[in-house]
Amino acid sequence: MTNHYIDLKNSDVILIMGSNAAEHHPIAFKWILRAKEQNGARLIHVDPRYTRTSARCDYHVPLRSGTDIAFLGGMIHYILTNHKYFRDYVVNYTNASFIVSKDFSFNDGLFSGYDPAKRKYNKDTWVFEKDDKGVPKRDMTLNDPQCVFQLLKKHFSRYTLDKVSSITGVSKENLTKVYAEYSATGVPDKAGTECYALGWTHHTTGSQIIRTMSIIQLLLGNMGIAGGGVNALRGEPNVQGSTDHAILYNILPGYLKMPPASLDTLEKYLEKNTPKSNDPQSANYYQNYPKFTVSFLKSMFGDKAVKENDFGYSWLPKVDDGVAYSLMHLFDKMYEGKVKGLFVVGTDPAVSSPNTAKVRKALEKLDWMVGENIFDNETYSFWKGPGVDPKKVKTEVFLLPASATMEKEGSQSNSGRWVQWKYKAAESPEDAIPVGEITIKIMAAVKALYAKEGGACPAPILNLKWDYTDAKGRYDALKVSKQINGYFLKDTVVDDKGVKTLYKKGQTVPTFGMLQADGSTSSGNWIMAGSFDAKGLNKMTLRGKDDPTGLGLYPNWSYAWPLNRRIIYNRASCDINGKPYNPKRRLLEWTGDKWVGDVPDGPWPPMADKAKGKYPFIMKPDGLGALFGPGMVEGPFPEHYEPLEGPLTKNPLSGQLINPAIEIFKSDMDKVANADAKFPYVCTTYSCTEHWCSGALTRWQAWLLEMQPELYVEIGEKLAQEKGIQNGSRVKVQSVRGQVECVAMVTKRFQPFTVEGKTVHQVGLPFNYGWLFPKDGGDSTNFLTPTVGDANTFCPEYKAFMVNVVKL
Amino acid sequence: MMSTSEVIKLIDTTRCTACRGCQVACKQWNELPGLRTKNRGSYQNPPDLGWNTWTLIRFQEYVNEKGTFKWLFRKDGCMHCTDAGCVKVCPSGALYHTEYGTVGIKKDLCIGCKECTAACPFEIPRYNRRTDKMTKCDLCLTRLQANQQPACVKSCPTGALSIGPKDKMLTAAYDRVKVLGGDANVYGDKFLGGTHVLYVLSEKPEVYDKLPKSPSIPLSVTVWKDWLKPLTWIAGGGVIAGSLLHYILHGPKRPYPEVDQGDHAERGK
Repeated sequence: MTNHYIDLKNSDVILIMGSNAAEHHPIAFKWILRAKEQNGARLIHVDPRYTRTSARCDYHVPLRSGTDIAFLGGMIHYILTNHKYFRDYVVNYTNASFIVSKDFSFNDGLFSGYDPAKRKYNKDTWVFEKDDKGVPKRDMTLNDPQCVFQLLKKHFSRYTLDKVSSITGVSKENLTKVYAEYSATGVPDKAGTECYALGWTHHTTGSQIIRTMSIIQLLLGNMGIAGGGVNALRGEPNVQGSTDHAILYNILPGYLKMPPASLDTLEKYLEKNTPKSNDPQSANYYQNYPKFTVSFLKSMFGDKAVKENDFGYSWLPKVDDGVAYSLMHLFDKMYEGKVKGLFVVGTDPAVSSPNTAKVRKALEKLDWMVGENIFDNETYSFWKGPGVDPKKVKTEVFLLPASATMEKEGSQSNSGRWVQWKYKAAESPEDAIPVGEITIKIMAAVKALYAKEGGACPAPILNLKWDYTDAKGRYDALKVSKQINGYFLKDTVVDDKGVKTLYKKGQTVPTFGMLQADGSTSSGNWIMAGSFDAKGLNKMTLRGKDDPTGLGLYPNWSYAWPLNRRIIYNRASCDINGKPYNPKRRLLEWTGDKWVGDVPDGPWPPMADKAKGKYPFIMKPDGLGALFGPGMVEGPFPEHYEPLEGPLTKNPLSGQLINPAIEIFKSDMDKVANADAKFPYVCTTYSCTEHWCSGALTRWQAWLLEMQPELYVEIGEKLAQEKGIQNGSRVKVQSVRGQVECVAMVTKRFQPFTVEGKTVHQVGLPFNYGWLFPKDGGDSTNFLTPTVGDANTFCPEYKAFMVNVVKL
Repeated sequence: MMSTSEVIKLIDTTRCTACRGCQVACKQWNELPGLRTKNRGSYQNPPDLGWNTWTLIRFQEYVNEKGTFKWLFRKDGCMHCTDAGCVKVCPSGALYHTEYGTVGIKKDLCIGCKECTAACPFEIPRYNRRTDKMTKCDLCLTRLQANQQPACVKSCPTGALSIGPKDKMLTAAYDRVKVLGGDANVYGDKFLGGTHVLYVLSEKPEVYDKLPKSPSIPLSVTVWKDWLKPLTWIAGGGVIAGSLLHYILHGPKRPYPEVDQGDHAERGK
């Protein structure tokens, strides 16, 4: 989240789109209700289905799954043509005024530089014109036809009400209602926020949906303010913490980039990833990238990491250039027989990964699998699953009992970036130990083997500095956390505006501003540097309830990265002189010599001070919010494309049917049936309040299972009538990839859409069930879903594909 | 937190997200088992109250006269009446009014005669065949006595459930209704001497499944209490009288089967 859960109460209009907040964030939802009760906030739910969230919003607007960019693109069109944007903010705080290269173009759904054979773009033309000092040229009147603002206007001029309504299935009346209410926040004293979750990320266009909303928030001046932002509601599984600490293949801790093989020296890696700016008013905070990287290497390899050996950079694993390693790629390669062993820790991919039949087949090709979990699940027991003959499976499976979350001490990060320390509440049963301890034990054994036998490339293993055990040799979460924060590795005098402070070797680094690229500091994850103070106080344990701004920032409750900043980009809440745009919600204010309020995005004066002032978006190389965003793989402006599998043969907006930059998987089990009469209904999948993720933990819980005992498919009354399906009867749902049997829940909450003049029905199923338990609860919904994902992140498309429903 | 004077639990249906934390918390605190159920085409599960389900969220799909669709959630359970039919009719003294004005249940005294169910306008008490006892919510009496909120209130994330002194909660309920406007209304204070569970309903009471518009104690109960109950003293025991009464008024019918054979036709959505 750019903001945090409590801050939702500060909003005037809350658009919940791509999220079922009431069902999946039941605790956080109280802040949404509070906004309504305290500010009279409007709550709008835009979602393919009517859910428990819809029931508590002012109104619900159904849209066809997978058409969010069209919906939001229409809102951009509305904002620009009706002059609803916050001009002062747009001119000063975004790249609206930047002049784009004349070589950049957009034609019939494709941007300049597309290579259809590779399904990739060459981004050389997605650049700004620069002056002789290398600073982007700007037209502050926003009239230049080549400026970002005008190009944005032109791009979204095609997203007319008629067109958007025809694509999304949303009535023009509903479109206008949402657009008008939401864009009314484009004034200084109103805040609009957006809450999304997997309803946006689980699409082939997921990242671009989020970017479309970011553009809207920048146009309306809703970024960096209390009650604003674009807010990913992340879940209980510590999703925020796991991404912060690099659970994804393409990042190192703290969102540093995973090095590819071609960047074979530290110098090349830093050159590639350290952004440059010639604009003196751009803080370009990522110019500190080398400090974060070297401090990370020092935390990995300790004294073995020295300048002469590139601080051990060559010991980091490298990915092949241009190759992705997502979960889908992992199972694709496994299915090809190229993966021999697999660790499956706290997850159940035989239920939760797309295209289950392929996943389960792939598991049979492993030599071994190690599971770490609190219960058995469909993945660990795949070898005795439905249709599998155990005698024919060669895979050897080890299941190690792990401690549950409440049986261990450590940190947990919530969606608002608050990292909260928790203590052990109970002893683990029998042999169970924390997965951290399992990892350390295994690594110690591997290290001993390498020390004894040598083997290929032993240096990374032997030089790894893992001194994370306590006096009894047990895993010590506090030691790990301190290493994540980082240390001074030698006595250091820090000069802060003339105040000199001596930090002794071994003290914890109190802020990432003190990290160095010369090997004198370590930090396992630079964004967490500051979670301890220099005396070793663990700020994650803080539980202060004071709220000096009255905005619910609670600065002394736990620690929020970065640097305890509760709302990021907060300098954008003030005008260029540092006065709050909204006097009712004073998040930050420049007093002439300092900022008061939230922890500001850097200490510099506001940007009206041409000598020392900085732009507000300090993590962007140009310092400004990116309406034009060349970082994305499928284009600097979002564009609507149909899902890989949808009801249409032609994209109503262009000749480009699907996202041109998605990777198409080509195994014999990756079948696709677009606009196929055999699979006429749009299908979407989701979780329910009563179960958690694959249900691998919650299905064993009798009280939860009693409430949601088995797999069901939600079907609108009209479709049910057409098919003769009775509520509560058994049906089969089929896609070209597989099928599941379940109970039909016939409901008024699903309504057919009119898309391009035709009636399109949509159905939906939860994905919380698997064959292992309960025995009659139904198997994984993901037998239906395709192996395809977002072009930037490879987050799988679970939310829009085509099925048939058959009465049993 | 809780004084020993009368309390009211307020159920504000307009704040309820039907997360069913209350349904689970009730089972956890009262050590009630979760049973194997079927999905009958509804989120509402178990489909009805039962010996192991003292509170339940009822899901109801409703289209109003303007054609607007609403998904209504109502937490069902004991209303803790002042004029409590169950207390009046209970021949063994198992059901009684507590120091909070709520209706408690002394399990040991219950003889399983099931008269309380017949006497309850909300059909709350349910029979446990295995123990031959009646069961129902006691508003977590032991928690109240330990200065704790009932388990359901404690679990509620959105503030849909709250509890406090009677006058304060009545004011809160009416204040809320004023803010909501439209058909919003307070349900519970105008009948049966005032219940100790109040609803803030967004729709008129008659819209809701299984919610009587004007609940009253069945005439038969009045007959029993005023005319026949004194005879039980003469008869020398509640068991005989209870059986006799049951036979006179209803014949040998069991008021409710166990939950898993619940009434399919009346399930909510």
